[in-house]
Amino acid sequence: MIEFKLPSLGADMDEGKLLEWKVRPGDTVKKGQVVAIVDTSKAAVDVEIWCEGTVFELLTEPDETIPVGTVMATLLEAGESAETAKRAPRAAPAPKAAATPSHPGPLPRHGGEGIVSGRRRVSPAARKHAEELGVDIETVAGSGPEGAVTLADVEQAAAAAKVSPTRTAAVTDKVADKAAEMRRAIAAAMGRSKREIPHYYLSEPVPMRRATEWLAQANEGRPITARLLMAVLQLKAVALALRKFPEMNGYFRDGAFQPATAAHIGVAISLRQGGLIAPAIHDVGEKSLEQLMLDLADLVKRARAGSLRSSEMSDPTITVTNLGEQGVAAVYGVIYPPQVALVGFGRIGEQPWVENNALGVMPVATASLAADHRVSDGHRGALFLAALRDQLQEPEKL
Amino acid sequence: MKMTYREAIRQAMFDALAADPRVFLMGEDVGRYGGSYACSKGFLEEFGAERIRDTPLSELGFVGAGIGAALGGLRPIVEVMTVNFSLLALDQIVNTAAALRHMSGGQFSVPLVLRMATGAGRQLAAQHSHSLENWYAHIPGIRVLAPATIGDARGMLAPALADPDPVVIFEHAQLYNLEGALPDDWRCDIATAAVRREGTDVSLITYGGSLPKVFAAAEQLAAEGIDAEVIDLRVLRPLDTETIAASLRKTHKAVVVDEGWKSGSLAAEVMARLVEECFYDLDAPPARVCSEEVPIPYARHMEEAALPQVPKIVSAVKQVIGK
Amino acid sequence: MTVPYDKPFAQKLLFDMLRIRRMEEKCAELYGAQKIRGFLHLYIGEEACAVGALHALAPEDNIVATYREHGHALVRGLSMNAIMAEMFGKASGCSGGRGGSMHLFDAQTRLYGGNAIVGGGLPLAVGLALADRMLGRPAVTACFFGEGAMAEGAFHESMNLAALWRLPVLFCCENNLYAMGTALARSEAQTDLCAKAASYAVPTLKADGMDVVAVHEAAKLAAQHVRDGLGPFFLELQTYRFRAHSMFDPELYRDKAEVEAWKTRGPLHTFSARLKAEGKLTEEEFLAFDAQANAEVQASVDFAEAAEWEPVEDLLKDVYTP
Repeated sequence: MIEFKLPSLGADMDEGKLLEWKVRPGDTVKKGQVVAIVDTSKAAVDVEIWCEGTVFELLTEPDETIPVGTVMATLLEAGESAETAKRAPRAAPAPKAAATPSHPGPLPRHGGEGIVSGRRRVSPAARKHAEELGVDIETVAGSGPEGAVTLADVEQAAAAAKVSPTRTAAVTDKVADKAAEMRRAIAAAMGRSKREIPHYYLSEPVPMRRATEWLAQANEGRPITARLLMAVLQLKAVALALRKFPEMNGYFRDGAFQPATAAHIGVAISLRQGGLIAPAIHDVGEKSLEQLMLDLADLVKRARAGSLRSSEMSDPTITVTNLGEQGVAAVYGVIYPPQVALVGFGRIGEQPWVENNALGVMPVATASLAADHRVSDGHRGALFLAALRDQLQEPEKL
Repeated sequence: MKMTYREAIRQAMFDALAADPRVFLMGEDVGRYGGSYACSKGFLEEFGAERIRDTPLSELGFVGAGIGAALGGLRPIVEVMTVNFSLLALDQIVNTAAALRHMSGGQFSVPLVLRMATGAGRQLAAQHSHSLENWYAHIPGIRVLAPATIGDARGMLAPALADPDPVVIFEHAQLYNLEGALPDDWRCDIATAAVRREGTDVSLITYGGSLPKVFAAAEQLAAEGIDAEVIDLRVLRPLDTETIAASLRKTHKAVVVDEGWKSGSLAAEVMARLVEECFYDLDAPPARVCSEEVPIPYARHMEEAALPQVPKIVSAVKQVIGK
Repeated sequence: MTVPYDKPFAQKLLFDMLRIRRMEEKCAELYGAQKIRGFLHLYIGEEACAVGALHALAPEDNIVATYREHGHALVRGLSMNAIMAEMFGKASGCSGGRGGSMHLFDAQTRLYGGNAIVGGGLPLAVGLALADRMLGRPAVTACFFGEGAMAEGAFHESMNLAALWRLPVLFCCENNLYAMGTALARSEAQTDLCAKAASYAVPTLKADGMDVVAVHEAAKLAAQHVRDGLGPFFLELQTYRFRAHSMFDPELYRDKAEVEAWKTRGPLHTFSARLKAEGKLTEEEFLAFDAQANAEVQASVDFAEAAEWEPVEDLLKDVYTP
């Protein structure tokens, strides 16, 4: 018997509302198949399953709001029959979101990502002090025994919070509620990031003539819908640069860095109703630019339609944000925990440029790196940015 | 002035006997033998057989007689050789000494001082190694003291004799040979716990024979950058919760060290109070280092393994601190 | 044997036995009415022991008794009001309502309880006597206990200590033949209690505990021995309780016929008959005593009924001396 549990679709997800089952009892499912659509505070997400089997029982009803980790369905493994399987006790339905708009208390969470049974470990003194200081204890990472949040953690968080003490006011309108909810989720994740992750920032002007020229050539003769965007080149360049700098790619969890084996790059996508999400394009380093372009277009479309897959939400190993369209020169991002780096690109603008001892005009984009000092140092970060710059000088190799 | 714990106990008794004719010492081998731990050596010659009274091996009888003598106007110091044998007198201590004032509606107080050795560490095996301080600390109506320093050994007896109610004094057998400086002002109260070492990172709470071990652990921790505060409970009943709480409000972390067995121990009582009184000051679950749940074995290595030791204390502290 | 006392003293002994009897009969009734709760051990049938022995003692002497001590408290001089109020659990009881039936204490008359641990009072009595000896006071400590206590280690330790140190203790064993429900022969290998005591080199005497004169004469002799500084004395008073051990006791362990046989030797009616025969008591006088005892009992019940409960705020009082 396999238990299918509501996965965590991001560091800031505590619970989800089941919108729709995509399977029924008796259906066979394959690894990676979308089995349900779940509304997180951020988006309606297609939830995939990571095992094979036959759906036995669905334990969660549409519109039910359930904590992460709740068993949503049971499946029969190959060779297991319905007769031999025991019916699971039905999980007590969580109160309907409409009936109880506010969740009664914090949900189980441990170190931000792992799920443990029971309450998150926060020392009584830390909890009390957090209240006194107005620190949201759920956003504070723990450094005590078994990852417990200690007094020192709270004091550190409070000191960090003084830098940006913005808080979103609660709004009553339903649509605004959703936006506010997302705002809060972003606030929680970004707040945690800034308190927990010692960021360092580097930037490098990247000459873009070759890339621009190569792109113009490559797009020649292509229908508009098939044209490549500079963003795709940048994504691929990041992925290739990461191969030599694994310390930029992965997760910092339970006090240790876990490097990722592939570059699943989270692409920051702003949403029309406000807010942003950064779902992943998987295995960017292994894909052709054409494939990446298709993936990116599809991802943006689905992100704005609210139908992302769970793996896209939870898998990014690094995030790339491009605010060039908005016309800013450079962007210094906030790392999305538990990731350890974020690469930003500003607009491509013409600048005076010395090349071969001659002053000329060069289209230049500022590439920036925000990285986690617990995992890497400025020296390696600088080398990474240099490698990224060099990748973009050879667009034909991307 | 340097002296041993034994000498401090002896001087305290000598003074008390010399100062008040109502005071007398009674127990097994306190007279001619000089005390099984030699705490009353020379007393028989000094004060005579009426006041230095050798008893038969009748713990129930002579402890009860001590209670009666106290009721009758004397100030007896009754020595029970060890806490292990005091179990034979438990009825008199618990059902009579502790309860009499209350049962009589406040008419009869029992100004008795009961001294006994306690604790393990000398390969005396299960029947001579108990640490049952906690059993007595459970009983309302008596006061329970655990002098752990030269000063307290010297100073606690006088206020104990002045107390109108029964006082039980536990002298850890491992402490008798402890040598140290007698503080100039060794006069002390029998109501409060003492901060023996100031620190900021963790409160080590202990009493009696475990105090030297806790000091050693604190030194070791200091070398590793952990600044431990050491609380000597001194008075096991009534417990001075305020001193413990004040320390906790500073350190937010606690390790209780108690030679009693963990289950139902005094350490358990201290932990319970920490949680009741200092819950919102706790920054980590408090920990205990107690004796293992086994009758104390004879073989040296096994006995050592059964008792709280410095490395166990150090490691418990590190666990609590998260290092 | 004629009663060797003048009329007033003889009548005093009778009247005290009568007071105990009437008081305890009332206690049984009040227990049924749930006015008295907890354990209640009645002394009915054994009154001659307390009355005969205690009238042989002086005010400076100490008394240590058992949980069957209402009679001892009354004869020793506690007011019936204070005893009754204690059994009601009232603040004006002789132990402030904290002790109840089994723990009657009185500093004034040197009654050191009311001890509900069998044998528990014996070491205490040894200590009281030790204090008197060391402080040079000529007092006797009378310690009452049942034959059941003689199986306890406390008995042996106390006899040994008192004898060893020649302390002024009068050990009064009220042998009523049953330790709760266990007959003497079923619990003691040596049923000759005096022989047990004598093994500690203590002089002993057996007396008929149903006869107040026999008890009083024996107690006078024993007390004098003790007061003379000759060491402890062991007195066995052979008696019988007419009622159950306590109010919880269904009395499955003894025959009704045995109880009835002992009742013919009841200390009250035998002694009053003797006094009447000797012209020291008239029926009118007896009825007057009886009426007086009953009036005292009723007054004590009224007193206890009207008495105040101790405020609960005082709960922790008297655990330690302030």
